[in-house]
Amino acid sequence: MSEYILTLLVFIPVAGALLLLLVNGSNAGLLKSLAFMVSLLNFILSLYLYFNFDSLNPGFQFEINRVWIQNFGISYHLGVDGISLFLVLLTTLLSAIAILSSWSAIKEKVKEYMVTMLLLEAGMIGVFVSLDLFLFYVFWEGMLIPMYFLIGIWGGPRKVYATIKFVLFTMLGSIFMLVAILVLYFMNYNYTGQYSFNFTEILQLPIPLNAQVWLFFAFALAFAIKVPMFPFHTWLPDAHVEAPTAGSVLLAGVLLKMGTYGFLRFCLPLFPNAFMDMIPLFSILAVIGIIYGALVSTMQKDIKSLVAFSSVSHLGFVMLGLFALNMQGIQGGVLQMINHGISTGALFLIVGMIYERRHTRMIEDYGGIARVVPIFSIFFMIVALSSIGLPGTNGFVGEFLILLGAFNSRIIYAVLGAIGIILAAVYMLWMLQRVLFQTIKNEENKKLLDLNLREIIILIPIILLIFWIGFYPQPLLSKMEPAVKNLLEYVEQKSDSITSSSGECDKICEKAEESSITKEK
Amino acid sequence: MVPVSYYILLSGVLFSIGVLGFLIRRNVIVVFMSVELMLNAANLAIIAFARNIGSLTGQVIVFLVMTVAAAEVGVGLAIIMMFYRNKKSVNVDDGNLMKW
Amino acid sequence: MIDNIWLVPLLPLLGFLINGIFGRKLGKNLVSWIGCGSVGLSFLISVKVFFELLSLPAEQRIFEKIVFPWIYSGFFKVNISFLLDPLSGVMLLVVTGVGFLIHVYSVGYMYEDNGFSRFFSFLNLFIFSMLMLVLANNFLLLYLGWEAVGLCSYLLIGFWYEKKSASDAAKKAFIVNRIGDFGFALGVMLIFWTFGGLNYTEVFQQAPSILVAGGGLVTAITLLLFMGAVGKSAQIPLYVWLPDAMEGPTPVSALIHAATMVTAGVYMMARCHILYELAPFTLGLVAVIGAVTAIYTASIAMVQNDIKRVLAYSTISQLGYMFLGCGVGAFAAGIFHLMTHAFFKALLFLGAGSVMHALSGELNMQKMGGLKGKIPVTFWTVFAAVLAISGIPLFSGFFSKDEILWKAFSQGNLLLWLIGVICAGMTAFYMFRLLFLTFFGKSRVDESIKSHIHESPKIMTVPLMILAILSVLGGYVGIPKSLGGGNNFEHFLSSVFGEKEMIIHHSAFTEYIVMIISIGVALAGIFFAYRFYISKPELPKSLAEKYNFPYRVLLNKYYVDEFYFKIIVNPLLKFATFLWQFIDIRIIDGTANGLAGMVNWFGGIGRKIQTGYVRNYALGMVLGVILVLAYFILK
Repeated sequence: MSEYILTLLVFIPVAGALLLLLVNGSNAGLLKSLAFMVSLLNFILSLYLYFNFDSLNPGFQFEINRVWIQNFGISYHLGVDGISLFLVLLTTLLSAIAILSSWSAIKEKVKEYMVTMLLLEAGMIGVFVSLDLFLFYVFWEGMLIPMYFLIGIWGGPRKVYATIKFVLFTMLGSIFMLVAILVLYFMNYNYTGQYSFNFTEILQLPIPLNAQVWLFFAFALAFAIKVPMFPFHTWLPDAHVEAPTAGSVLLAGVLLKMGTYGFLRFCLPLFPNAFMDMIPLFSILAVIGIIYGALVSTMQKDIKSLVAFSSVSHLGFVMLGLFALNMQGIQGGVLQMINHGISTGALFLIVGMIYERRHTRMIEDYGGIARVVPIFSIFFMIVALSSIGLPGTNGFVGEFLILLGAFNSRIIYAVLGAIGIILAAVYMLWMLQRVLFQTIKNEENKKLLDLNLREIIILIPIILLIFWIGFYPQPLLSKMEPAVKNLLEYVEQKSDSITSSSGECDKICEKAEESSITKEK
Repeated sequence: MVPVSYYILLSGVLFSIGVLGFLIRRNVIVVFMSVELMLNAANLAIIAFARNIGSLTGQVIVFLVMTVAAAEVGVGLAIIMMFYRNKKSVNVDDGNLMKW
Repeated sequence: MIDNIWLVPLLPLLGFLINGIFGRKLGKNLVSWIGCGSVGLSFLISVKVFFELLSLPAEQRIFEKIVFPWIYSGFFKVNISFLLDPLSGVMLLVVTGVGFLIHVYSVGYMYEDNGFSRFFSFLNLFIFSMLMLVLANNFLLLYLGWEAVGLCSYLLIGFWYEKKSASDAAKKAFIVNRIGDFGFALGVMLIFWTFGGLNYTEVFQQAPSILVAGGGLVTAITLLLFMGAVGKSAQIPLYVWLPDAMEGPTPVSALIHAATMVTAGVYMMARCHILYELAPFTLGLVAVIGAVTAIYTASIAMVQNDIKRVLAYSTISQLGYMFLGCGVGAFAAGIFHLMTHAFFKALLFLGAGSVMHALSGELNMQKMGGLKGKIPVTFWTVFAAVLAISGIPLFSGFFSKDEILWKAFSQGNLLLWLIGVICAGMTAFYMFRLLFLTFFGKSRVDESIKSHIHESPKIMTVPLMILAILSVLGGYVGIPKSLGGGNNFEHFLSSVFGEKEMIIHHSAFTEYIVMIISIGVALAGIFFAYRFYISKPELPKSLAEKYNFPYRVLLNKYYVDEFYFKIIVNPLLKFATFLWQFIDIRIIDGTANGLAGMVNWFGGIGRKIQTGYVRNYALGMVLGVILVLAYFILK
């Protein structure tokens, strides 16, 4: 079981998608429930990971490593550690919730929609569990396709612009990453004499300093666009505004995490020296992102783009934590990835719920609806407060650990980052005030219906998670800790060895150049 | 025996007529006939060379090409029919939808 | 019982959950029983715990209880854990005791309101948060309580959220508090990286050895923490949220914005007195800010007409006193004043609430007057509170305020002392102005309301009476030695603050003189108030006309709100718009779209080749063939 569990997690949604293809497209009810059952099954299976995860083991678990395409050294290598475990759980949870949330929102092409959602889920899980660079790239790019259709078909009025922008931005980075993966592949061949895309093998490679910087940037560009870091963030608001609710939930909840996850999983251990050299640059970009995202958020007129810009700010926190490069920073960063997935995912769900009723997302169209839809308002309040990091909610634990880590790395980053917390209160509370409070100006808002049972059921697990992580994050932190500790130790060791033996590394580089020259001849 | 160069010359002339016809004529049927002409010019060249070097393969290929050409004519004429039905015309210049 | 200290915050939390989730279905009676009962029970437990603490020998009066681990990350380890010592014990009693009375009062005050259950759930949540703040044994849990009370304050100020002014005030309170919390959070982080832990005991034990007295590090830590206190306790320059917070229901103003939450800053500084004592610069700043705030807001309070605003400015002013006390090193006196202030200020607010209740929600004191006989219980209780706050001997405020002034004087801070004394006079003036305008003189009440002026129900007046008794007698726990008392309060807290050997430069005689001066000033204040508002009621008007400019400035609160808006808020919003419209849309998106446009342009040139004529393509093919052939032939 434990060897195949990850395979199951990736392929059950695919199988589900195939199954859905057999169902008559007009039978929307059956399609929806089938898709939901599949995603729920996947979520329950992923809980197996959580309960059988060995908290003391810092390495990869539930690993499976098979040859896939022998000639090119491509392997089917999956595994999770304390860092990716929770991202997988988050993905399965949010996928199930996203499918449930599109119950009444999607009326056209239900079959295609559900198939797309399931394929998207498979792709996202694949990204988080693959330990082979080729496999990783396949999932990384493959997951773009369902997302492309999700926004492009079921999106809002400017969906074509948004979806093309989204794909082009992401592709731009991915191409550089592909080149870098191939460079690593050939470097590995020159070093070991064997072709391999296997991450654990490439990890052994001592990469010379100058090569590290280039490779780092190639990877980092792909990830930074995905995060998105300032100044590569402009695809995000457009994509969010146009995407259907479920698309936004998964986009914010999971897709963005791929970028930060990539930094942690690949950039850091593969290119530790370059990573350390780039700490100032990326920390500054992260801080700019925090403040910039928050400020721009303040002025938004559309609730969804407000939340989108707030994501830029929150992901800035995550990056700040990762680049603090200490225990608190990285743990906080990973936790904040989860938190952001939960809170922002929930915000998009909530915006989607009200959009379904009123067909507008403009802040000015609302006002005073707390009187009409009290249950909705309570959920909205709780989620918004967790998003601004109020102590006792999940956001606080993550942000505090991040700032604590950043404080140790350089005080000014923490100080500037903390300004983001003030600004978060500004944009969020101002929005809440204009949407929920004051008197009702708009007659149409007087007839709004409060949340129905399905919607409450969607939100309750999220609320529970918000407070669980807020008051008792220990189960998560303790599972992460060994992996993060291991990573930090590994990075320290590797960076030292590369710096001290840089002469030897240059030889490898020369050898690589020579062999490439001989090949040309 | 007629030297192979004569056949090639004939083939070349036929091919050139085909090319010119294809480029100059507007009538879609004539254009189509020009294409056939080029095809047959090529057939002629192949069979001439095949005979010259005493290979059966070349002759077999020509048979193959002829059958394919027959099938192609079937499809091609069908397309022309449809073209005529849609455009009420047999002028190739009326089929210029695929442009900027 | 002391081992089950976690029950004290747990009960209000349960109350919050039950009322919050099921409140609409429970009915008002059950809601009020749950709401008041949970706090009442915690009060009883607190009393029990307090006496258990008292029964211990003085040096053992410290008790810690770890409930469960909260955040562990590497060597960063923080628990949900409680600390009970005399300081938190006193706070515990004040919070649950005053809190309970205000809960009971609210049952009557809020009975007609639609959001009854919501109100009680928020109040319970507040008590829970405040107890977490008070009972925390580490800085992070303190921070949790710190922000959580801010949240409750936000929720309760904006309780009548349909009023724009209320929701504005709520938002303002939260954001201004967050500015303070920004400093506080950074202070907590600095403490962690300095001491490697956040537990009070850990930090305070190591402080003298790790920190250099008067050094930069301890000054930075204390200043950052102080920033939090400035926000929460509404001192200059972050006091602006508190007057606006009066938009909330009156019991909220009494509980949060007078008795408990706003005093959190004072509590925090008292808690960290070891750090503050190592940082003389910060202490000096605290004293100066406290004194300046006290006199500055007292001056505003003298001309306001809204009864609750007067009380709000008075609260800020009294908080200034407490800061002054802390600033001159008299932490016990600060806490003493905190306690007595909690009694009489809560009483004043509740009394004001009772007046509003009688007058159908009227707030303007110019439209009151002559209520003395009509609502006697309210009048007498408020009168007691006014006497207490004005520092009339034998009332609680006298002892605590005088303690602070005397400490300031005996430390040699004559200027601060002088400010304090003048401010005491102003306090007496505006409090008696409030009393006279409201209860004495001719009735200026609107005719429509006049007929149904009525005394509040028992459920509201009984808490008033209890608080009145406390306001009168509350000071007797800390009668100074010079007046024949034992200063028991300070003695009790000495296990926290240490028994400080006050260098006695001054004889008891000097202390009497100082005392008499402040009494005299207070009496002068009362005299002026009497002259202005009883004997010559036309005098204020003519004075206001004569000194129009200063009067307007005071009435408009020195235009500070407008100033902040102009200098901070508007430029920030403009800057944000600039970032969005210019940087984001023009520059970044412009670059991306520009690149796309360039690709488009090149494509536009290339597509001219596509004529759509079959023969053009064929010609191209032919030319291509010719070129290829030519290449091979000519090669």
